[in-house]
Amino acid sequence: MGEKVTLKIWRGDAGQGELTDYRVEVNEGEVILDVLHRLQATQAGDLAVRWNCKAGKCGSCSMEINGRPRLACMTRMSTFDPAETITLTPMRTFPVIRDLVTDVSFNYAKAREIPSFTPDPSVKLGEFRMQQIDVNRSQEFRKCIECFLCQDTCHVIRDHPENERAFAGPRFLMRIAELEMHPADTADRREIAQDDFGLGYCNITKCCTEVCPESIKITDNALIPMKERVAGRKYDPLVWLGAKIGRRPRHDTPAVPGGKKS
Amino acid sequence: MTDIERLPYDVVVIGAGGSGLRAAIEAREAGLRTAVISKSLFGKAHTVMAEGGCAAAMGNANPHDNWQVHFRDTMRGGKFLNNWRMAELHAKEAPDRVWELEAWGAVFDRTPDGKISQRNFGGHEYPRLAHVGDRTGLEMIRTLQQKVVALQQEDARQHGDPEARIKVFAETTVTRLVKDGERIAGAFGYIRASGRFALFEAPTVILATGGIGKTFAVSSNSWEYTGDGHALALLAGANLLNMEFVQFHPTHMVWPLSVRGLLVTESVRGDGGVLRNSEGKRYMFGYVPDVFRAQYAETEEEADRWYTDPDHNRRPPELLPRDEVARSINAEVKAGRGSPRGGVFLDIASRRPAEEILRRLPSMYHQFKELADVDITKEPMEVGPAQHYVMGGVEVDPDSAASSVPGLFAAGEVSGGMHGSNRLGGNSLSDLLVFGRRAGMGAVAYLDSLDEAGGRPAATDAALAAAQAEAIAPLERAGGENPYTVHSEVQQTMSDLVGIIRRESEIKTAIAELEKLRERAVQVSAEGGAAYNPGWHLALDLRNIMLIADCVAQAALERQESRGGHTRDDFPGMSPEWRKVNLIVALDGDRVVLRRQPMKPMRGDLLALFDRGELAKYLTEEELPPAGEEKS
Repeated sequence: MGEKVTLKIWRGDAGQGELTDYRVEVNEGEVILDVLHRLQATQAGDLAVRWNCKAGKCGSCSMEINGRPRLACMTRMSTFDPAETITLTPMRTFPVIRDLVTDVSFNYAKAREIPSFTPDPSVKLGEFRMQQIDVNRSQEFRKCIECFLCQDTCHVIRDHPENERAFAGPRFLMRIAELEMHPADTADRREIAQDDFGLGYCNITKCCTEVCPESIKITDNALIPMKERVAGRKYDPLVWLGAKIGRRPRHDTPAVPGGKKS
Repeated sequence: MTDIERLPYDVVVIGAGGSGLRAAIEAREAGLRTAVISKSLFGKAHTVMAEGGCAAAMGNANPHDNWQVHFRDTMRGGKFLNNWRMAELHAKEAPDRVWELEAWGAVFDRTPDGKISQRNFGGHEYPRLAHVGDRTGLEMIRTLQQKVVALQQEDARQHGDPEARIKVFAETTVTRLVKDGERIAGAFGYIRASGRFALFEAPTVILATGGIGKTFAVSSNSWEYTGDGHALALLAGANLLNMEFVQFHPTHMVWPLSVRGLLVTESVRGDGGVLRNSEGKRYMFGYVPDVFRAQYAETEEEADRWYTDPDHNRRPPELLPRDEVARSINAEVKAGRGSPRGGVFLDIASRRPAEEILRRLPSMYHQFKELADVDITKEPMEVGPAQHYVMGGVEVDPDSAASSVPGLFAAGEVSGGMHGSNRLGGNSLSDLLVFGRRAGMGAVAYLDSLDEAGGRPAATDAALAAAQAEAIAPLERAGGENPYTVHSEVQQTMSDLVGIIRRESEIKTAIAELEKLRERAVQVSAEGGAAYNPGWHLALDLRNIMLIADCVAQAALERQESRGGHTRDDFPGMSPEWRKVNLIVALDGDRVVLRRQPMKPMRGDLLALFDRGELAKYLTEEELPPAGEEKS
């Protein structure tokens, strides 16, 4: 109890910043966020840290801990060597607002482009009937707490802001998969998954799955099955022929252009 | 004041949790220009932490369920202090609100015939909680968030601007409501990322700010819960109702210390978990109070049969309302029969197969495994009570959610009355939906009347200047005390002296301590600049925390009885005379003043839903229906 740990914390704003050293007390059972709170209360009252529930449920306290994207509230101090210096930096993929807080508005803009849940309008309130086995997959994806760690780690946009326009990132490709696998949804998002949201950029390195604090199998259960569905829709010769002779609808529900980040 | 951004809207909703988003959706669907002000990022509000479910008498799991049964359970849970009209509206409208979520994309767990599954919970006669594993709040907030997005997509198509009629101001904090005479004229606050001040100019403001947990040291509540809406309402001249009723939910993690207060969902008990003391005894059978004797099992055998045959057996006492269970844990620990770390044992490992626990309680498994190295499928959890909810709040009209200040509405945890002296688990998420929608409708109706009368209220320059000066003060004051220190002392004072068990001498000490702390709180200073500065933010929150702590303490001192979330060691009984009394707090200058207000008697048709014998346990003789007229 009461041992001290050395932290290197990135302090600065959108313009510039640097790593600053702090020595902070640590008690048994604590997590990184406890130590940051103690630092705020005793040494750095204005240290910017985004947090909310401190229970791993809201996905606010995302940051990079020794370079790895993690939630500060779920990273226990006991996982570090007591003599180790712990480095805390903001998520690298997003612009810094201040200290450990980043501007994650990219994600909210992408969310707005994806055509929403589209049930059959003739189904009345209370009359949806779905089997548990049919909703299991969508439920897995809806465990997502929108911490955006998968977005942060994905190499398609990490250090490649030029890809941000064409690529929605794992979280939102998974959102498309969630809607596509929802038993009561009637829209088709397979073409736009590829054309507007950049599913093809994903080369299944599974980094997103690895950092997911909810242990959602993003790559195996969302992205790969979506790729298969897209291939079936866009590249299957029979489907292509069917579309040519007008047997099947040719276009998806379009992405929402007004939703795009200006 | 040139640096105050002015943002004109029809409706400003403060709070982006369940009730705020539901209110905003209602206002926007009526065509109003709606701003949602979110203290955190969009989709992170405290609603996300709700675990067990959303209570609604859909009758999917037991066809005997209906709104009357739900109404009765709610009134019993609140020990008949509930605003009965709110409890009635809530029970009647909750099913439609849940089904509406399903139509907006929520994916609830299913029954074998494909309907929304419903689970057992404390105080609910039938399985009633629509749920998604133990992450129901996340499902609700995400669904409402995605519904807002769907409306924005409509606006993008129609107007070329997704934010034409509904915009979310993330990480924005309101510090004052501004008025024009008696009427609401807008909300003043600041946008955290830039530190810039903004005035949301609007004739209607809906408070949906949630609770007051950060007034206490051990609470399951998130960062946001600093009583903002309660305080904003008071400062704007509205009344708060029954602030002495604070819910201490019985089961939270007690170890490690850093997660003390982290919620352990009631679903653990709903799904078969039981409480044991250090002697291994399933002790709850000894804590069934007289008013609930008829509805709860007396033996372990009967209690265990209830899970599979609820029609012929009575409920296990682990599923008593929260106040009863919390007091029982307190008593066991006090009697020296607690667990090593000061709680009791919650055991589901010996009661259900591991795979069932993993399927039904995935978040609990994850939480204990990650944070305490405890495998709940193999060993019991150590749990104890923590502050969880406040039943007291803004006094509102039940049908419209309007406060006494024209243009000011309140819904969800910040409003008072619905839950009486104690809220049943599962009744919060449904409350958010039912009264969030009603607040939205209330705002629409008020605006219509305003526009007919001609002319909208406008904030005066003087009011704005005062709001700005107040907000900037901690940043401009040098050498003042650290806001973190003052905050932690307030929390400790409240937890130690106005906590789960209260007595007059301690509450008086607390009031004196708060008086001293208040003098320190107005002198705190914050280092750094205005942009994303948590110290400054806390300095602003402190005003609200101090004010609300005072309200809770004053009301707790006044009510000389024990009922629901207010337990007085020196007045252990429940008094039918006190049941007829609401305690109202308001501000007179900067002082909290308190008065008693009689409860409106319950409507006859609602009263007739109860046996006379049961009513006699709560009501005075003259309130009872004449003998012979009661329900058979």
